[in-house]
Amino acid sequence: MIYLQIFWAFFVPGILGYGGGPASIPLIENEVVDRYGWLTVNEFSEVLALGNTLPGPIATKMAGYIGYEQGGILGAFMGVFATVAPSLILMLGLLGLLMRYKESPRVKRMTVVVRPVIAVLLGVMTYDFFFSSYEGLGWIQTLVIGAISYVLMERVKVHPAYVIAGALIYGGIFLG
Amino acid sequence: MKQRDIFMAFFRAGMLGYGGGPSSIPLVKKEVVDRYKWMEADEFGDVLALANALPGPIATKLAGYIGYRVGGFRGLLNGLIGTMVPTIFLMILLMTALNSYKDQPWVEGMSKAVIPVVAVMLLTMTWEFFKKSTQSSLGWVGTFVFVVVSLVLIQAVHIHPAIIIFALLLGALLKKNSPAKEKGTPSP
Repeated sequence: MIYLQIFWAFFVPGILGYGGGPASIPLIENEVVDRYGWLTVNEFSEVLALGNTLPGPIATKMAGYIGYEQGGILGAFMGVFATVAPSLILMLGLLGLLMRYKESPRVKRMTVVVRPVIAVLLGVMTYDFFFSSYEGLGWIQTLVIGAISYVLMERVKVHPAYVIAGALIYGGIFLG
Repeated sequence: MKQRDIFMAFFRAGMLGYGGGPSSIPLVKKEVVDRYKWMEADEFGDVLALANALPGPIATKLAGYIGYRVGGFRGLLNGLIGTMVPTIFLMILLMTALNSYKDQPWVEGMSKAVIPVVAVMLLTMTWEFFKKSTQSSLGWVGTFVFVVVSLVLIQAVHIHPAIIIFALLLGALLKKNSPAKEKGTPSP
């Protein structure tokens, strides 16, 4: 039963996330936090933070880890399989068809119409994270850490892995 | 030997790509086109366009497909394993280590401090998706309408986002193409 749930929790984000792995992050959150309650918002943000400091595709890292937490090695396999297999099978199977239609306005329209919804889901998730940070740290710490990391990542173009490492050190020393 | 090359090509692209699958695309290209010459740059562009037309993580679609073309089913497996397994293994190892010290105050401080950073990352991702959407055929007005309607449906009416996305995809497929657009599309 748990394996079936793991499969479903990662199959839905895998098959509906247009725009690569990052687009499926809010869909994964929807399943594992809101629907199945495997993680709290805070735990999910920890997984996401660590996932972002490590290299490689983000969707499979999350599926692998959350699947492992819920169902051991087989759970990890199930999560990764559900994330990867459906779209890969589609790609191999529909190859000829897609090659012919990849310039078709219908296929292009599919990505276009999904994008605003992904933006909304990401926006809602952003709000959840800021709110949960406010509850844990208060507004001042949240705003200061948020503003500093924004400047470092987006203006100075410091690699996100260093910013997360910096936040971990700051939190370990001053917020413990 | 070829199987090992496939594994190494996608292992390197996976381990050096920070910021999720999409950021490893140029690294995959470097391995597949420049280093091993499994395909021409044009062909790689085609494969990438194809992968983008489908849902799901991009890195594994590329690894699976290119692995399959170069080395059959075993190539597919090697490409996938090279891309994902090392990083998943690291992830499980580090999270488990972190969780075993969960009650220590310094670990609690660490996990609190990281939340606003992740929120900022998500905020910039939100903005990127929003900006891309306004630059697409939807424009500012269309994007605004789509955003407001889906926000209301998801947050107020509590419809599962999967249902909304599925309905939109179906609509995009079934809607008749306008004649002007049809003419503008080069026939294959």
